[in-house]
Amino acid sequence: MNSLKAVFGEVAGLFVEDGSLALEIVAVVVLAGVCAHFLPDSPAVAGGILLIGCLGVLGANVARAGRR
Amino acid sequence: MGNLAHIGPAMMAAFLGSLVEAVEALTIVLAVATVRGWRPAGLGALAGLVLLALIVVLLGPLLNLVPLHLLQFAIGVLLLLFGMRWLRKAILRAAGIIPLRDESRAFARETAELHEQARRHEARLDWLAGLTSFKAVLLEGLEVAFIVIAVSAAGGLLIPASAGALAACLLVAGVGFVVHRPLARIPENTLKFAVGVMLSAFGMFWTGEGLGVAWPGADLAIVAFAALFLALGLGAAAALRRPSREEALP
Repeated sequence: MNSLKAVFGEVAGLFVEDGSLALEIVAVVVLAGVCAHFLPDSPAVAGGILLIGCLGVLGANVARAGRR
Repeated sequence: MGNLAHIGPAMMAAFLGSLVEAVEALTIVLAVATVRGWRPAGLGALAGLVLLALIVVLLGPLLNLVPLHLLQFAIGVLLLLFGMRWLRKAILRAAGIIPLRDESRAFARETAELHEQARRHEARLDWLAGLTSFKAVLLEGLEVAFIVIAVSAAGGLLIPASAGALAACLLVAGVGFVVHRPLARIPENTLKFAVGVMLSAFGMFWTGEGLGVAWPGADLAIVAFAALFLALGLGAAAALRRPSREEALP
């Protein structure tokens, strides 16, 4: 049972290691999704939010880690 | 869809990602073989490969049942989480904020753990050694399978991506079989950096496609995203770089 738990833990760890980075990526995706839904004629807005948001959260995350 | 701008990065991402994972699995299998012999190490690794193949064969066809846009979106988000996690770690390692992975040290740690298990559970050691090898191959193999499926499923590139992954696994197994030592000279962080960049670029592309974004340049946008993630990664690593212990000494 413990081995099975460990395997599930490892599988989850494939995607989430630093919880704040994962949450921030999901938040950016949700925001882009909301824009895509409400502005279907301007998909570039959703694309821009996704691209700038993901680059931004990665840059901010490593900068925070560097200051710690 | 299957142009060079797409096939090349998909095959390369699968090859390099699988190289990293295969090196990590090899370190543990070699540690098991050193402490307890090739029989439990080989049987454990084989069992891991069989279970992995079963998982892929059983779950793979289910992907065909998922609507394309939903598949692109789901895989894109998972790729962003997976790729940016690798990229973050590679940046922090390149900057000296967290230590580089050392295969020789990982081998020594795994060997010491197995010796400790030997002291405590002599009678069950073959079973425990086999289980360690099994877990290593299964877990690292799951990462390989995810990378292959993720970079290929939404774009119909399963064959080139699988070929890239298979070539990497055979290369590492072949070299490991010949040298019988952990492959400590592989520039693992550089590979992880490159794979993190490529997977993040694929994740960006598929997530956007899933949301209905028509990227300028279509598939070529992947190359542009990779360039942006690479520039950010290199810039951040340079800006955050800390002097090594030797450099810090007066």
